[in-house]
Amino acid sequence: MAAVSRARRLKLRVFRIVTLVVFGAFFLIPIYAMFEFSTRGNGVDAPRTLDNWKAIGTYPDMVAGIVNSLELAAITSVATLVVLVPTMVWVRLRLPRLRRVIELISLLPLTIPAIVLVVGFGPMYLWLGTNFSDSILTLSFAYSILVLPYAYRALDAGLAAIDVKTLSEAARSLGAGWPTVMWRVIVPNMSSALLNAALLSVALVLGEYTIANNLLYPNLQVELVSLGRTNAGVSIAVAVASLLFAFVLLIAISFFGRPRRMRSEVA
Amino acid sequence: MMSTSRSGVEVRLEDLRRRYAGVTALDGLSLTMAPGELVALLGPSGCGKTTALRLVAGLEEANGGRVVIGGEDVTNVPANKREIGMVFQAYSLFPHMTAMQNVAFGMQLHEVGTEERRKRAGEMLELVGLSAHANKYAHQLSGGQQQRVALARALAIEPKVLLLDEPLSALDAKVRSRLRDEIRRVQLEVGTTTLFVTHDQEEALAIADRVGVMNAGRLEQLGPPTTIYSRPATPFVAEFVGLTNRLPGVVKGREVEVRGTRLPLVKPDSTDGPAIALVRPEAVSVAADGDVSSGPLIGTVIATVFLGATSRVTVDLGDITVLAQLPTSDAVALTAGTRVRLSLRTDPVLIARDEKAPTEA
Amino acid sequence: MTAAGNPAVAGVGRPITGGRRLSLTWVGAVPFLGYVSVFLFLPTIIIAAGAFLSDSGPTLSNFGNLSRSYIVSATINSLILSGITAVLGAALGAVLSYAIATGNPNGVLRRAAVSASGVLAQFGGVTLAFAALASIGPAGIVYLWMAQNNLDFYSSGTWLYDLRGLEVVYLYFQIPLMVLVFLPAVDGIRPQWREATESLGGNTWHYWRYVAGPLLAPAFLGATLLLFANSLSAYATAAALINQGGIILPLQISNAITSEVGLHEPGFAKAQAVVLIAIVGIVTALYAVLQRRTGRWLQ
Repeated sequence: MAAVSRARRLKLRVFRIVTLVVFGAFFLIPIYAMFEFSTRGNGVDAPRTLDNWKAIGTYPDMVAGIVNSLELAAITSVATLVVLVPTMVWVRLRLPRLRRVIELISLLPLTIPAIVLVVGFGPMYLWLGTNFSDSILTLSFAYSILVLPYAYRALDAGLAAIDVKTLSEAARSLGAGWPTVMWRVIVPNMSSALLNAALLSVALVLGEYTIANNLLYPNLQVELVSLGRTNAGVSIAVAVASLLFAFVLLIAISFFGRPRRMRSEVA
Repeated sequence: MMSTSRSGVEVRLEDLRRRYAGVTALDGLSLTMAPGELVALLGPSGCGKTTALRLVAGLEEANGGRVVIGGEDVTNVPANKREIGMVFQAYSLFPHMTAMQNVAFGMQLHEVGTEERRKRAGEMLELVGLSAHANKYAHQLSGGQQQRVALARALAIEPKVLLLDEPLSALDAKVRSRLRDEIRRVQLEVGTTTLFVTHDQEEALAIADRVGVMNAGRLEQLGPPTTIYSRPATPFVAEFVGLTNRLPGVVKGREVEVRGTRLPLVKPDSTDGPAIALVRPEAVSVAADGDVSSGPLIGTVIATVFLGATSRVTVDLGDITVLAQLPTSDAVALTAGTRVRLSLRTDPVLIARDEKAPTEA
Repeated sequence: MTAAGNPAVAGVGRPITGGRRLSLTWVGAVPFLGYVSVFLFLPTIIIAAGAFLSDSGPTLSNFGNLSRSYIVSATINSLILSGITAVLGAALGAVLSYAIATGNPNGVLRRAAVSASGVLAQFGGVTLAFAALASIGPAGIVYLWMAQNNLDFYSSGTWLYDLRGLEVVYLYFQIPLMVLVFLPAVDGIRPQWREATESLGGNTWHYWRYVAGPLLAPAFLGATLLLFANSLSAYATAAALINQGGIILPLQISNAITSEVGLHEPGFAKAQAVVLIAIVGIVTALYAVLQRRTGRWLQ
């Protein structure tokens, strides 16, 4: 419903276009510059080339970093969901008193900077490395903590959209046991929230640098920085690709739709 | 209490038109409201009633026609210069202000002195019975209380016109009818000319001096509530306001024959042929099965719904069902399955020739 | 982890009332609580305890070391950087939020803008440093183009790797974060409030001065604080852009992690971490207070 008079609508339109163009340029020019930089040829006035992009595969450390990060992303998102989902559902059903506590704990990592956390992780990973395993995949433990707030929020939104208690009571009254309630009733009803949480975790892990760098594990971002010191063209190609990949993941999340109230217009 | 606003002004809507991207929302609405009158615009969603109100408020611009308030053409006057008071559907209170501050806000904009502002805001809150809640914020008030504050806020600036945009639709049934009566009491007390938009027929009939029934951007009928109910001018009004039986019949001259009963037509200029007669449930009488003198039609009771003083009986006539409304004392014996006889009162009826009924709001 | 992670099994077949039900119910929370105890609480305790320990027992000397001039100047730099980028980021981000909020709530533009904000605010890190190099770096296209047109912004020195460079680059995640945090507040502004203001005789100025302004003020202030904390905590972008040195506190902490082993100063990084988390904690607490008020007004 058009609530705005013609003159004001025109003014608003001009404001929006100017604002969006200015900010669009501010944010898009650096992205464009990365494409430009990564396709530069050798020497002045050399033609555009995809050599830097093609060369990505020839840097084994870079490839290993990418693979490491992808594995970490997969392990972290699955592990986080496995710990978090049953807990959140259980707390809603049987331990409502604990809900605030779980929420508080889950959002806590937002207020603890990664650079602080890594100071505490240092001795732990030292011990882990000597007594258990020094595989980079052990970073998943730390990463699960990093993604916890984001996963929690996505799952909480999904659980808020369904009435877990009524659904499970209905299923139980029909004779379902708790495992059936979880797998056949609750999980299918929050599948988009699960996907959201998983994709967010993936994007977050792929972009992680602070912890890996300070614990000296070579993940994607660490390799990116170290390659950047010797061959900026190739590393910028990887950087822009990873940025766009994260963008695609987030766009996907926006389509899987969190339940959002419609608001027709802002005055 | 407020001598200045006790006498309302005349409000005239002249041939108002409004289109949205090719869709006609308002198709030439004309309406004159007498000073101090409360007119309710009633209709299904999308009929143009809210658009009409927003054109009067100046919140939207007309594609054609004029709005005249107190003899002054305000069609091109912006909303904030029109001296109107408006109550919205819900959530219109400023959440960072107390009830008192909300009511005083309009006066602040009109540069009324602080002392005077506080005094009048207090009076207005008293008028709507919320003196005890003056210092509460919107989120501390119930929905009904919020709407009372909104009413006080709208009236505090002594507007020439009061506009109410479905102010009760977000409330519980019980609160709704109480607040409805409250709005009417306050409106009569201050005497402000008022336009009330609603999709609830009961609300419109209960509160208004005159009701305007709207359909597809046009005013179908304008008149006192009793007229709208008992003498609907069009099939749309007949079916939108109150319950109506659609009984197949045949038009012959100035009458329509329904199952052997001849009913006079309200508008006798219809051409002969098959038609649907629109008969109110009150015009159907029901008697226990007996001889022909108790009614020419034989049927079976399907259900009887107790409504208080009256009851509504649904009777199956074989091919159609008929609703009848009768005093509960007469309906006691009419349990489901009872064989009954029906007769139709020979009041003038409207006929419809289209098959579809308007959707009940 | 999988078996223990399915606490739903714990209550199967239990009667609704009964003495032992409670304890079994609590078992459901054990996997989560156990996990966060080890990987969230334990590192926190290691930091908190370690900050007050030296090789020879309890001490405050770790905090005494914070008075070294390079730590003091890094802390001041961090505060300046965070203050400037928080204020600028909040102001610019608020304008952008308003422009986004006035559009179609389900439109492509909004979707793209919000997703892009998410990427830049949460996952940008290292990539933003590269983006800066590729655009305004000494070999970047924007710099080369401007230098050709006699607009050499490095004529008095390449400031990209200084605090000033960080100020520019940080805006690339501060503005998007502002959009993420502030957009819901702008969305909470109801059109009825503008219309009510108008019907009461107010104009656009009155609306912003008395209604929208005061309504958005707590959200704006809160978001500014969040941006401040965010900038204080940020490490990746600066580390990727600046190879050496410790111009800001997070870089100093990183340096100290390595020197904890090498220079036998086991509590030094931890003491710095405690300082950082104390500042961030205070700022975040203020943010939470303001956020609660916003929530009440603009659900």
